[in-house]
Amino acid sequence: MNVFDFLIRNRTEVLQLTLEHLTLVAVAMAVAVLIGVPLGIVLTRRPGLRRWVLGAANVMQTVPSLALFGFLIPVPVIGGIGGRTAVVALTLYALLPIIRNTYVGISGVDRAVVEAARGMGMTGGQMLWQVEIPLSMGVILAGIRVATVISVGVATIAAAIGAGGLGVYIFRGVAMVDNQVILAGAIPAAVLAVLADVSLGWAERRLTAR
Amino acid sequence: METEAQPSSAVECRNVWYRVDGGRALLSDLSLQVHRGETLVLLGRSGSGKTTTLKLINRLLEPTAGEVLVDGCRTVDWDPIRLRRRIGYVIQDVGLLPHWTVERNVGLVPSLEGWEPERIRARVEELLRLVGLEPGQFASRLPRELSGGQRQRVGVARALAADPPILLMDEPFGALDPVTRAELQREFRELAARLGKTIVFVTHDVREALLLGARIALLADGKLVAIHPPRDFLRALEPEVQAFVRALGDPVRE
Repeated sequence: MNVFDFLIRNRTEVLQLTLEHLTLVAVAMAVAVLIGVPLGIVLTRRPGLRRWVLGAANVMQTVPSLALFGFLIPVPVIGGIGGRTAVVALTLYALLPIIRNTYVGISGVDRAVVEAARGMGMTGGQMLWQVEIPLSMGVILAGIRVATVISVGVATIAAAIGAGGLGVYIFRGVAMVDNQVILAGAIPAAVLAVLADVSLGWAERRLTAR
Repeated sequence: METEAQPSSAVECRNVWYRVDGGRALLSDLSLQVHRGETLVLLGRSGSGKTTTLKLINRLLEPTAGEVLVDGCRTVDWDPIRLRRRIGYVIQDVGLLPHWTVERNVGLVPSLEGWEPERIRARVEELLRLVGLEPGQFASRLPRELSGGQRQRVGVARALAADPPILLMDEPFGALDPVTRAELQREFRELAARLGKTIVFVTHDVREALLLGARIALLADGKLVAIHPPRDFLRALEPEVQAFVRALGDPVRE
């Protein structure tokens, strides 16, 4: 029996696991963007915080993903077995590229443009929304795109802590020593990652101010 | 803001010092007045404090000591946003917003001030014509679709948009080729005479200073060396002035 037969025969389960997978990634990314972009903007205003925040986000990235899931299980409120813990881990993982790209993007806006905007009498908020964010949109979106693709991959490990997703097939396949079952998880996950990359890349090109 | 007791000078610096974080003084004890409606040129070598002086006027910087007055009121007492919106600002790199069309760039301050869209559009057209750009042809272009000279014209139009009584210009023609520069200088002189604005114009080009200034203030190492009308400037005795006059090579005569 080849992988595609397997996928077709189990299409309800495949679909359900894919949806679980997507939900994990979507929720984690939404939270990571809501935290990471404002945090990146704050760093451009308070450079003193930069070392600490980027350092902390860096540490999150360095921890192997399976270990990160493991660490979170005993943590009260956000921990435990299941989807919530997985979302927290994915969010922590996604923060670094988002914070860093927001910070780099906004700091990289041409100083002459910013100075002129200030000299024209724009308020801090007007400069942020009308000048700095539009001009760094491409870089910020690139960070979100990288973070999303990473999340799709890391989310396969969420199955290890009972959060579901396409990782369920991968772990089951490993346990059964059945390559087909492993691939039935890995192939859809890879397809999701490619789709996420392509669609966010498209959005990046559409929304980038030139 | 126009009160009954209008001060005679639109801008005045009184014993202004500016230091960066307590370090070297970029300006030392600078005092000068800009009369209402005149074009005062700030001339000096690189690093002489010309640009610093401009930024003190629209409060992009605040003096370490002394005071800068705009319309008789200390800049630190002005609301910086209100102050900047009544002072047009043109800089060498123009600083046009690269993601906005010419129309939106020129209409920037009016739209910040909450003008009606039709009024902004009419004003933008008027200004583009004033600086010699056909609105139908240029209004919808992006800055990168313009030549250097055209961008600089747009920069001037933007600075004039909300009809500010004061204009600050920081080497606005510095990056242009000589032919375009001469063209814009000539047009600018006519425009300045017609509009009657108070203009503070920064340059390191003595030729430009002589051509455009009603008076020329020469700065060196953050100090005011001399202030003269162009005619007297050529005959002035201060060594730094003479250094600049010599740099002319063949002095311009009328």
